[in-house]
Order: sequence, then C-alpha cells, then structure tokens
Amino acid sequence: MTSRRFVAALALGFGLALSQAASAAEGTPQPPRQSWTFSGISGTFDRAQLQRGFKVYREACQACHQLKIPFRTLAQNGGPQFSTAQVTALAAEYKVQDGPNDAGDMFERPARPADNLPWTFPNENAAAAANGGKAPPPLQLIAKARGFERGFPWFVFDAMPFLSYQEHGVDYVKALLVGYEEPPAGVTVPPGGHYNKYFPGHVIAMPKPLNSDGQIEYPKGPDGKSPVPETVDQYARDVSAFLMWAAEPHLEQRKRTGFMALIFLAVLGAGMWYAKKKVWAKVGGEAEGLPGTAPLGPTG
Amino acid sequence: MSQHATTYVPKSAAAKWFESRLPIAGLVHSSFVAFPVPRNLTYFWTFGAILIFMLGAQIVTGVWLAMHYVPEATRAFESVEHIMRDVNYGWLLRYLHANGASMFFIAVYIHIFRGMYYGSYKAPREILWILGVIIFLLMMATAFMGYVLPWGQMSFWGATVITNLFSAIPLVGDTIVSLLWGGYSVGSPTLNRFFALHYLLPFMIAGVVVLHVWALHVVGQNNPTGVPIKSGKDAVPFTPYATIKDLFATIVFVMFFAWWVFFVPNYLGHADNYIPANPAVTPAHIVPEWYFLPFYAILRAIPDKLGGVLAMGGAIVVLAFLPWLDTSRVRSANYRPLYRQFFWAFCVVCVLLGWLGAKPAEGGYVIASRICTAWYFIHFLVVLPLLGLFETPKPLPSSILETVHAGRKGGGAGLPVGAAAEPSIKG
Repeated sequence: MTSRRFVAALALGFGLALSQAASAAEGTPQPPRQSWTFSGISGTFDRAQLQRGFKVYREACQACHQLKIPFRTLAQNGGPQFSTAQVTALAAEYKVQDGPNDAGDMFERPARPADNLPWTFPNENAAAAANGGKAPPPLQLIAKARGFERGFPWFVFDAMPFLSYQEHGVDYVKALLVGYEEPPAGVTVPPGGHYNKYFPGHVIAMPKPLNSDGQIEYPKGPDGKSPVPETVDQYARDVSAFLMWAAEPHLEQRKRTGFMALIFLAVLGAGMWYAKKKVWAKVGGEAEGLPGTAPLGPTG
Repeated sequence: MSQHATTYVPKSAAAKWFESRLPIAGLVHSSFVAFPVPRNLTYFWTFGAILIFMLGAQIVTGVWLAMHYVPEATRAFESVEHIMRDVNYGWLLRYLHANGASMFFIAVYIHIFRGMYYGSYKAPREILWILGVIIFLLMMATAFMGYVLPWGQMSFWGATVITNLFSAIPLVGDTIVSLLWGGYSVGSPTLNRFFALHYLLPFMIAGVVVLHVWALHVVGQNNPTGVPIKSGKDAVPFTPYATIKDLFATIVFVMFFAWWVFFVPNYLGHADNYIPANPAVTPAHIVPEWYFLPFYAILRAIPDKLGGVLAMGGAIVVLAFLPWLDTSRVRSANYRPLYRQFFWAFCVVCVLLGWLGAKPAEGGYVIASRICTAWYFIHFLVVLPLLGLFETPKPLPSSILETVHAGRKGGGAGLPVGAAAEPSIKG
C-alpha cells in the first residue's frame, strides 16, 4: 500500500462522513461494491458466469498470467462445472512437458485433466524478461491476495452477520479491469506504464486487457443472442467472479456446511440451555449447600 | 487437590483395585465432580472451560494439518494451497485452525480481564495467576510461529521484523538471532525450526494448564464478590452445576467461532499472506495479527530499539507482579469504586493501543501511542499500588449466600446497592 492509499484510508477512518470523492482527490478511490451471487451467507456461484469468466481468462489473461489450478477442477462441484468430456477435450488442446522417460529424455504430451493449466512462460524469470522486468502475478489466488482498507467503523461492520463484506479482493479486481483512464492533467505516466484509477499509485505495468465491447464472443442463447451483454464491464465482472472461484473453490461447500453447523449448534445449545436451567433450578431460592463442604483454605 | 480429601468411593472390585494403585479416578472426582464452586459465578467464569476446549481444538486440527503441511521454504505455501484445494475438508481444517488462534486469544483476553476486574490474582491465587501469565506467553510464541508457517508475505516479513528484535539485546543478541534463523537470514531453516517449535509448544501449554488447574483446585475459585466460600451453603458441586453451565457456554462460543470459520474466514487474516513469501519485495505495511497489536504499539512507541523491546517485554512481565502491585485488600472491583473506573480506563487504553498498532508509526499516532504506553505502565506501577492505600472500599457482604439472596429479592436488603446487584448483572 502506498502512502497515498494510507492517506485515503486514514481520511476514511477518521472523518466518518468524508466521502469517496474526498479521498479520491487524495489518492486511490475505493473500488465500488458490486453485487455478487456468491456473497452473503447462502451465496453460490453462477455456473454460466464462471464459464464465461473462464473464456475471458483464456482470451484476455492467459497469454501473460499463470492460473495454477488443475484442469479437473473446472468440472468439480461448486465451480464452472464443465462436463468431464469438455474438460478432457480442453486439456488435450494444450501441450505439457513430461518426463524423463525410460531413455532419460523429457518429452511433450497433450495435457490431461490432472495437469495444471500451463503457463505461456517456462518460468518466472522468462515471464519477467518478457514483461519489462516483472513477472505478471499468478491469478489463482488474486481475488484473496488483494484488498483495500475500509477504515473505521466499516471494518467492524464487515465482520458482522447480515452486514458482512468479504468481497474486497474481487471488487478490487473488477474495478482494476475497468479502471483504465487517460491520466489527469499534470500526471505523467512513465514509459511502459498505464494509468489506472484503482491501482495503488495509479501506474500499472499491465496494458488494458479488456479493450472493446464485443472483443470476446459469449455463448449464444436459444434466440441466437448472448444472454448477457458482451461489454467490457460484463467481461470484467465475469472474469472476476471466475477468479474468486479459482481462489476459493470450496466456497459453496463452506457456506453450506456452515449453515448446517450453525443450525446443529443452535439446537444443541438450546437443549443445553434447557438442561442448565433444569439443573440450576434445584439450587432454588433457599440455600441447600453441600453438606460437609469445609470452608476453603486461607483467605488472604 | 491435596487440600480436600476425596469423597470418591470406588464401587466395583476392579475400580477398587485400580484406585489403590493409581488414585486417578479419585483425583478427577475431587477436581471435576465434588469440587465446590461458588454459587454466584457469572458466565465470565466459563472461559476457563472454553479455553481448554480451544486448546484441544487447536491441537486436533493442528495435528491433522501437520499431516499435509511441508515445512520447507519452496513448498510450504503450495502445501497450504494443497490443503485448501485438494485435501478432503482441508479448507475446514485450515480455517478452523487459523481462526481458532484468534478465538483462543479472544477467550484468553476475556479470561485475563475478568481476573483483573475481580482481583482473582490476589492471595492465595498468586501462583495460579503467574502460571496463567506463563500460558499467555507460550500462547503468544506459538501463535507467532504458527503465523509464519503458511510462508506468505506477511509470514515472512512478520518473522523478519520480530526475530530482528532480539538483536537489540546487548552482547548475545546477534547469537540469539542466528539461532532463531538457523542462518544469517529468515529462510527455510527458520521455517523448519518454527514448525518444530509450533508443534512442541502447545503440549507445553497443556502441561502448564494442568498446573494452572491444579493450583486453582487447591485455592478454589474466586467469585464476583471476592468473598471466599465460608460454608457449604455458598457453594454448589462442580458436577452437574458448573459442568452443564460450561458446556452451554462452550457451545455458544463455538457458534461464534463457526461464524468466522464459515462465513468470514479471511477477515482476521491479511490479504498479503496469500502472496508467496518474497525476500526481495517488502510489503508496504507490515502488521502483526490483531492479538499482538497492543504490544506492537508499545514496541513502536519507544524511539529506541532496545527500549522498545524492553517495554514490550515489560508490558507482559508486569502482569506477573500484579498480585503485589495491587495493594488493596479487597478483591472485587464491585466494591472498589475508584479501581473500577481505572479498570475501564485501562481497558480503553488497551483497545486504543491495539488500534494504534495497526496504524503507521508517524505523526499523531506516535504521540497517541506514547501516551497510551505511558498510561499502561502507570496503571500497574503507580495507580494500583496507591489505590490500595487511598481508596475506601464499599462494605463487603458477609457471605456469597447473602448476595445471592439479596440479588434474588431485587437488590438492597441491607446491602450496599451496587454490591448486591452487580454480580447478577454481570452475567
């Protein structure tokens, strides 16, 4: 976090009424809060959205960014849930290095569902060399590895039931993808840099990945049209949701298990409360202490 | 346990045979069945049971995690991701363990502040209290080393900052740091020894907990009045009364715990710790876990490195001397009107220190940290010794039973109003 973001966070922390505009003037604005299907205590992923998001990743991100997850997870419950056949076919489109074989040689073979999605670059140094000195970050955890400070008192509310807000990372990713702008007057962007409203410090090495509406073709519905608009904003939303799933593939199972756990505990707790009341009722109004209990030792 | 002869009578021949060779059933009986418990305890007295539960939960989830975790710098981060993605219910184990650490500290802070409010550290409970301080220190060491294990950016840089503190110690500082690191910088040997110690320390905690419970059962529990048990009428047997109450409180606490684990599991962590450790890139803002923030604020409040380390250490060590720093003969703050105000002021200072610990060490934050740090020590070293001399406590009830009856009749009944009403409100 840069000092500018600090100033922004502090301004928010102190002056509760300071609006986003005020902090935006100081530094980085807060990413706008999106509505996601996977937020809240019963949130689930939208399969179609995850599938579209994966398509956006393949066409707009994969050339530079690694996504280190096995192909098979794309068919897993709680994810995009492509069919096993689709995933096997998809994996076979990629070549991976394997070996050494019995002759001691490395060899290439088509990828299998158990393999990780391959990366364009053989290693991080190669990626750095091809990208102006710094490797593009891997994306499998990006939605959990980014965030922003909300300041007091919001950070307190963010943990509370019904108010909980856990989507800082994915909101940031979405905002970043659509945050490219012309630099304001007086701001010079160094060569190789790009101006982004939401990036801390504003100068980001990544060129604008989603450039124009219609850039990525979405699957068509029965009426021959895509059910969602083929716009930059929608691409950014879909790929962000997909990256959230990639970072937290068991999110649905977690929330479902949590719901059942809380119900179980509530029932058990209610029973225990009743038992406790029953037991303590015996102590009653009048003393019926323990016969034979001696006073305890020294009393200081 | 040696103080009161056990009332346990083995029934079967086998039990008699066993008891005459190893009287462990009698020991358990006198400690957890017949043990007299003050009948006016509030729910603040259930945190001991909750803490034992948390220690057990951390050990169980931790042992399971250790079956999948790899303590090696190039593979640790990946192995944690493997647990999160591919191990059956691995995400649950890890979120339970990571959030469990925070829950453990929430419970222990409530437990400690309850002890401070009701004067539970006073004679004859000094050793009990000091054992508690030792447990707290061991917990801090365990939690710190545990946070290093995922080997993310905050793990690595937190470890670097904290281990570097030891270099401030004159003469032996550098040697200690090399020993901690297992080399000349934080790296794989550091991770490996931290893992070994992180596995070891909880069992040491368990050992000290046994001593803590033993000491408790010799001197008996304090209670909201601070007046000791004077007759059997003041007490109820541990089982079923305390057992059922502790069980109920633990379930409620587990519900609270479950909320964090299942619905906001990353709230108490830091996003940077999902970035693999990189010695070449320093995060803009290195912050410890929330439970260390007050001590971190004290560390940074002192402009001198050694001074800061001493102040931070002193902030914990001073707790061990609390039984002698507090000169008042009255235990419970319910009967100490001045102390009660100072107690709440102290709580506010601790929360403020926690907030300041998360803020950058600059400008007004530094000044505020210094004022709060000064007050932290003044509270222990000046206020507590003097209060005992100058404060006029309210009259104490003659027995626990008296307050129980007075409370049930709606307060009053020949007692100071606050004295009688308070304990029942506190629950």
